[in-house]
Amino acid sequence: MIRYAWIVPALPAVAFFLILFWGKRMPGKGAEVGIAAMTIALVLACVILGQWASGHAPVHGSFLLLQAGSLRIEAGQYIDGLTAAMFVVVCLVSLCSQVYSTAYMKGDRRYTIYYAWLSLFSAAMLTLVIASSLFELLIGWELVGICSYLLIGHWWEEKENSDAAIKAFITTKTGDVPFLFGIFVLTLAAGTSNIPGITARVAAGGIGTGVLTASALLLFGGAIGKSAQFPLHVWLPDAMAGPTPVSALIHAATMVAAGVYLVARLYAVYAPSGHALAFVGGIGAITMLIAALLALVQDDIKRVLAYSTVSQLAYMMASLGMGPKGYTPAMFLLFTHAFFKALLFYGAGSVIHAVHTNNMSEMGGLRKHMPVTFATFLIGTAALAGVPPFAGFFSKDEVIATGFETHHYILWAVALVTAFVTALYMTRTVILTFFGSYRGEAHPHESPRAMTSPMILLAILSAVAGFFGFLVFDWTHIPAVLEPEPFQVGLSILSVAVAFSGILVGYLLYRTYPERDPMLRMGPLSTLLVNKYYLDDIYTKGVVRPIQYPVARDVNDFDRTVIDGAVNGVGVGTRDVGGFLRYIQSGNVQRYAVFLFVGVAVLAFLITRF
Amino acid sequence: MIRLVFPLFFAAILFSAGIYGVLARRNAVLVLMSIELMLNAVNVNLVAFSQYLHQLTGQIFALFVITVAAGEIGIGLAIVILIYRNRETIDVDEVDLLKW
Amino acid sequence: MSGWDTWALTLAVFLPAAGAVLIAVVPSKDDRTPRVLALVFSGAALAVGIAMLFGFDYGAAGFQFTVNASWISAIHATYHIGTDGISLPLLELTLLLSFLCAVYSYRILPSPGRPRAFLALMLLLETGMAGTFVALDLILFFVFWELVLVPMYFMIGVWGSSNRQYAAIKFFLYTLFGSVFMLLGFIAMYVKSLPHTFDIVALQHQAAVAPFARNVQLLIFAGIFLGFAVKVPLWPFHTWLPDAHTEAPTVGSVLLAGILLKMGGYGFIRIALPILPDAAKVWAPIIAILATIAIVYAALACLAQSDLKRLIAFSSVGHMGFVMLGIATLSAVGINAAIFGMVAHGIITGMLFFEIGSIYDRYHTRQIAELGGGMLLKVPLLGFVFAFTAIASMGLPGLAGFWGEVLSLFSAYAPASEHIALFRTLMVFGGIGTILTAGYILWTIQRVAMGTVPQARVDEPVADVTRIEWLAWVPMLAGILILGLIPRLVTGVTNDAVTVLTRVFIR
Repeated sequence: MIRYAWIVPALPAVAFFLILFWGKRMPGKGAEVGIAAMTIALVLACVILGQWASGHAPVHGSFLLLQAGSLRIEAGQYIDGLTAAMFVVVCLVSLCSQVYSTAYMKGDRRYTIYYAWLSLFSAAMLTLVIASSLFELLIGWELVGICSYLLIGHWWEEKENSDAAIKAFITTKTGDVPFLFGIFVLTLAAGTSNIPGITARVAAGGIGTGVLTASALLLFGGAIGKSAQFPLHVWLPDAMAGPTPVSALIHAATMVAAGVYLVARLYAVYAPSGHALAFVGGIGAITMLIAALLALVQDDIKRVLAYSTVSQLAYMMASLGMGPKGYTPAMFLLFTHAFFKALLFYGAGSVIHAVHTNNMSEMGGLRKHMPVTFATFLIGTAALAGVPPFAGFFSKDEVIATGFETHHYILWAVALVTAFVTALYMTRTVILTFFGSYRGEAHPHESPRAMTSPMILLAILSAVAGFFGFLVFDWTHIPAVLEPEPFQVGLSILSVAVAFSGILVGYLLYRTYPERDPMLRMGPLSTLLVNKYYLDDIYTKGVVRPIQYPVARDVNDFDRTVIDGAVNGVGVGTRDVGGFLRYIQSGNVQRYAVFLFVGVAVLAFLITRF
Repeated sequence: MIRLVFPLFFAAILFSAGIYGVLARRNAVLVLMSIELMLNAVNVNLVAFSQYLHQLTGQIFALFVITVAAGEIGIGLAIVILIYRNRETIDVDEVDLLKW
Repeated sequence: MSGWDTWALTLAVFLPAAGAVLIAVVPSKDDRTPRVLALVFSGAALAVGIAMLFGFDYGAAGFQFTVNASWISAIHATYHIGTDGISLPLLELTLLLSFLCAVYSYRILPSPGRPRAFLALMLLLETGMAGTFVALDLILFFVFWELVLVPMYFMIGVWGSSNRQYAAIKFFLYTLFGSVFMLLGFIAMYVKSLPHTFDIVALQHQAAVAPFARNVQLLIFAGIFLGFAVKVPLWPFHTWLPDAHTEAPTVGSVLLAGILLKMGGYGFIRIALPILPDAAKVWAPIIAILATIAIVYAALACLAQSDLKRLIAFSSVGHMGFVMLGIATLSAVGINAAIFGMVAHGIITGMLFFEIGSIYDRYHTRQIAELGGGMLLKVPLLGFVFAFTAIASMGLPGLAGFWGEVLSLFSAYAPASEHIALFRTLMVFGGIGTILTAGYILWTIQRVAMGTVPQARVDEPVADVTRIEWLAWVPMLAGILILGLIPRLVTGVTNDAVTVLTRVFIR
């Protein structure tokens, strides 16, 4: 089966076309096609992972996409443990989201096309994962971006939603340009764009460290955009304008993890370059803390989770930045995060479905109305906050411990602080949403089975996945990485203590359900956080508006007045000169004769003179 | 035998007078007559050079010029008469229909 | 050499002209006859073109389907035509787009109607465009090149919108201005060649064996540069384009953007580069700089447009900037990119102009503000098709626009020119251009297709995409997708010819 792994992305791709053209005429409005394709894909993905786990060699096959001069661009499949594991995660969360959406999106006027885009997204994401060449990866990379755009803007009747979609696309596109250049650098240096070829070339020492660093940093630009890392993280919170299952699938579990996956896939390129690793780690450290702090002051439950996602992705980046030993913890966190963050989003979606608002200030007390949602959300929270024995504890603790043991003490310290903040904001979220008394005006009710069953499934995974951490290295390791450090009780006690202190502080602050959120009473710090460090303002007022108003307008005016003015000026000038010269033709024969005579005289003079 | 320079000098004066008449006189008949002066100045030159070089070609040319000049003055005067009939003037300054 | 091999190209080029003559002379009471005739003749030309695809030897780099007959012996001008991997995609594009325009015109004609004149001109235009791509003699090339001007002039001047006279004259004079210098360049080539010849193949051969003196090359290049650069149009010679597009009727815009602009790029590849290689090396950085300015400048100008059609016209300037950047690198990748980019742009932007024509027919305005958005609600299929094409125009992978753009940027990273630092800087600006492009495209989609239907238009009865529109559009939409997924369809044809052509530039 592993040799036919390309069928896995092909299934949702076929489903996409079926839904697009015939979905509306189907009894289930196309949803059944998407779900069926995803189910088969998930089964196949599990088979592939099983084959890999039982000791299959990596599979690489490709065909020629195009040849231009000496540049060969191929596409194909490259399957190793990393691909296989990602396959399972992507297929699983895709399937969950599609099932969940049957209830969540019920009655939506664009239900069918929504499923078409979901299927296209899955196909693109799986293409990105299976890609055997950088250009194929780029295709998947951009396609998931456009699917993200289409799904964020799903309710495009309101301008805020389409604005958010555009912002998401343009921000990630900004990162994609250096990404593209990184592909160029690597392709030219390695003489091939095939990932196995590049890896082999690097391993053989065929590429200088300077070139490796340059390409690694350029490629990381794409990861910064896609994985919403500082300074391009601003799009992800706005992307919450999309339907919640989309947020769970694209903006929590899969697409935003693509940046991490990219670095992992090309870890052979990153590992030899100390500067590149330091940069990855540094960006991770900055992002994890600033995003976690931002999550503290949000009222929109989805935005809390969005900033949390940014922060957790930064954990993965930081872990990758710690060197070859940090690879496995990053992958471990990627998988567990996919489960518990998707779960949290489904929980949030379930709540939103019930109370018709995203604002936690209009929630509260939902524990009694929505027991299943509450229970699963609590498991997700525990996992995210790092409470043992839930999945997040093992994976995050491994990241933090690796920081200490590889002597990245700054990363370690920042990660610990962030762990505290994470526990704090999740406690705040749970209390504001589920405890106290209901503050809204709707009639909250538990969500239908189609929504709760994916939540229960993921809750189970979030609860137990941590115990399978030992498999992660066996399954996903690539030649460039080292085995992670063994589990250290002392270090994990410390991180558990940090997590519990965060929960405790949260409980103490919110147990009285204060009228005014204590997070907004921190003076200038609150102002800074509420204004998102003014980054959005800087981008909007410093870049976007100036381009729109003076620059673009001026270019257009310049075009009309100067360049086109010059063109029209030539026309007008020619006409004016002609208009002036015509007065010579006075009709007076004698004047013509004067010109004639003068002309002859001048000619005669010139001829005799020279 | 007179020296060559005298007829040439004479012809030059005649030609200049003709140019003056063509460029400056307003009466169309006088303009035509001035053209005749210029043509005849050329004839004087032709004959003078013919004599000087002992070749008859110049004199034959002069006869040609006289013939053509006769035709020319005939057509020219006819045009002048037509202009007079149409516009009641033979002032060349006022006959400027072909301008701009 | 069978009869088919010798006659195929001539048939493909002159069948439309025969159709034009027939339409003009056959008296017709009703409007149907000319429409049917246009359909038949452009369809026949397309059929010949498709048949040629099967007879074409894709492994060979040289010219095929050649004819070389004596024409004007006094100046050694010959009727020499032929096609190779470089011109074949553009020829097929011409035949396809012209046929689809005939299909579209079967039902939809701009005011003041008069189908006989309009369709005859359209077919004449097709002959001129197809001929330009297959001519292998400079005089023949020039004749076809200029033949294109006249029908387009009348199309804009008679069937255009309000400011049509101005736009038509500007188009005509500006292109003529350029082509005069081009003609001077051709004549200079003739005079300087030994033995004197206008034959492109012979001139290429001479350039390889005994090239012109460097100074002569530089001067000739300057002349033909003007001719081609105006046609492309390369910044700052572009200002005729937005006016011409804005005023031209739908079919005129489609052919103008789809094919006419490609004549300039093709001229650079076919004539300027191989015959004047030394001058090309000197001029390359200048062309590259102008091309990059065009990319960024056009994107910025697009952000400021209020007229949808003018916006797309400006976007053409930017896309052709990528094409010219590719050509200026003088590398095999770059020229492949340029040809791919031209084919993709022809389909995508041609399609966009079709859609804008249809939008105008329904909404009677091209002003974005007056359209008011909500097209996806009012005319869902038209809105969807428009958004799809616009996104393709943005260069999304998997769709046709991507490969030309990305290969062009790649070629700027690894140019054959010695100014590597300059080209890499330009690549960065080109990359910034793609961000700006994404910006204006998405913003346009948002303003036109998304949002709610404005109150004034809610009750307006507007038909969605009609059957004749589907007939004309489906091949193009499919082409956008297929070329994006299987780019080998183009590069497989072009690469061998391009590799031979660029051999002279390899350092």
